[in-house]
Amino acid sequence: MRQIKNRSGNIITNTKNIKKDKYAIKGKLIIVEGIDGSGKSTQIHLLDKWLRFNNKPAFLSEWNSSEIVKNITSRGKKKEQLTPTTFSLLHATDFADRYERNIFPLLRAGYTVLADRYIYTAYARDIVRGCNPLWIKKLYSFALKPDITFYFRVPVDIAAGRILSGRPKLKYYEAGMDLNLSNDIYESYRIFQSRIIEQYEKMTTSENFTVIDGTLNIEKQQELVREKFKSVISFDGEN
Amino acid sequence: MEKSSIIQYYGHGIPYLKNLESKGKLIILEGPDSSGRSSQISLLNNYLEANGHAVLNTGLRRSELISEGILEAKERHLLRKRTMSLFYAADFADQLENKIIPALKAGYIVLADRYIYTLMARDAVRKINRTWSHNLYGFAIKPDLIFYLDVDPNELIRRAFQKTTEELLRGIFDKDNFLDYYESGEDIGFSDDLLESFISYQMKMKYEFYRLQKKYGIIKINGNQNIEQVQNELRHKIDKFLKIPFDSSTKQK
Repeated sequence: MRQIKNRSGNIITNTKNIKKDKYAIKGKLIIVEGIDGSGKSTQIHLLDKWLRFNNKPAFLSEWNSSEIVKNITSRGKKKEQLTPTTFSLLHATDFADRYERNIFPLLRAGYTVLADRYIYTAYARDIVRGCNPLWIKKLYSFALKPDITFYFRVPVDIAAGRILSGRPKLKYYEAGMDLNLSNDIYESYRIFQSRIIEQYEKMTTSENFTVIDGTLNIEKQQELVREKFKSVISFDGEN
Repeated sequence: MEKSSIIQYYGHGIPYLKNLESKGKLIILEGPDSSGRSSQISLLNNYLEANGHAVLNTGLRRSELISEGILEAKERHLLRKRTMSLFYAADFADQLENKIIPALKAGYIVLADRYIYTLMARDAVRKINRTWSHNLYGFAIKPDLIFYLDVDPNELIRRAFQKTTEELLRGIFDKDNFLDYYESGEDIGFSDDLLESFISYQMKMKYEFYRLQKKYGIIKINGNQNIEQVQNELRHKIDKFLKIPFDSSTKQK
């Protein structure tokens, strides 16, 4: 039965077109990328607040937040026993879980899905860690390309300054200590993050990044973000 | 078998682990649940050790770091197909780098209770693109010998039921069903009927193995035979292989 009617003959459910619309993506996917301390999380958070304030259905998904994977990743990090391949695959598992259970169904349901880090984080980090670039790209080939990718460009010293003002120490993996770049954690961090920036910069054109100057003040950056958003997605709401 | 050879990968490999020398051998036994796989592995293990070989046992979902997480997510039925695929791949990667490769370098015979072929077959049955899975496991190393225990699905059901009945009698029965949820393809809803779903899923797995067999040089063993017959066939093939050093790789494509 395709249609379900009530007693007076009005259709209450129509399943006729469900199959046809199976792959229709009604929502938009907006993502932010950049190194730690680039200010991207603050900006996507403000974008999320703005959409919700205007009663737009929005959902924010953060990197490494899947409940079934994140404890494993943090345990592996603590023990410092993660090899680049395992590290990469655990992040891919985290991404797939959020993608299959949230991102993809919500896009089909018409949500604006916001993602704090997306496949480009994996491209950049895993390539720097020594995984094969082609392997990584094929691994993530199931993911939809975003409608807008904001890339927050900041010099590595500014990013480091922001991170260190919030907490006293750098962490082992964020400093790339597993790569034996330097015995000094700050020096290792500088080299590692600079290499990630290099990877991001290579993608700006090919992956169609909207570059935001991450050294501008927060309000100005958010203004640029919303402007770009409105130029791509029809938006009727207050500022 | 003291001569060493360079470890070969299927695809892109592990770029930071190139030109590794192996003094050991990697032997795989594939087959569905209740095919008698574990019994065969433990008999082989004893046999090889009795012949003076150092043996390391490995298998799916055995990474200390990751296996529990997979089990928990499976029990809660949280795993969608792509997530399951990648989770198992992560578990495998951890074991490959931390257990399998070091053992091969040290000259062990590594006996694996299933390898990437089961994982690729599962993916394909769940309609994940085969090329995608093939790329995913491009970091896996090529084994020296791969066996597949081919058992008729009806025979699997008989064995599974017999096993749980025995466990029930001994009071150690702790499963909801005698047929496993994922092994019956219930996560992808083949059928409301558990038995029908199981058979249909196992037939599809059989077909995938048939495809993989040619591509990866998998040796099919008739698993409908009794334990001794299967074991003798495996020992015969392994003996023959260990006596001829070093052209195993030419056998595989």
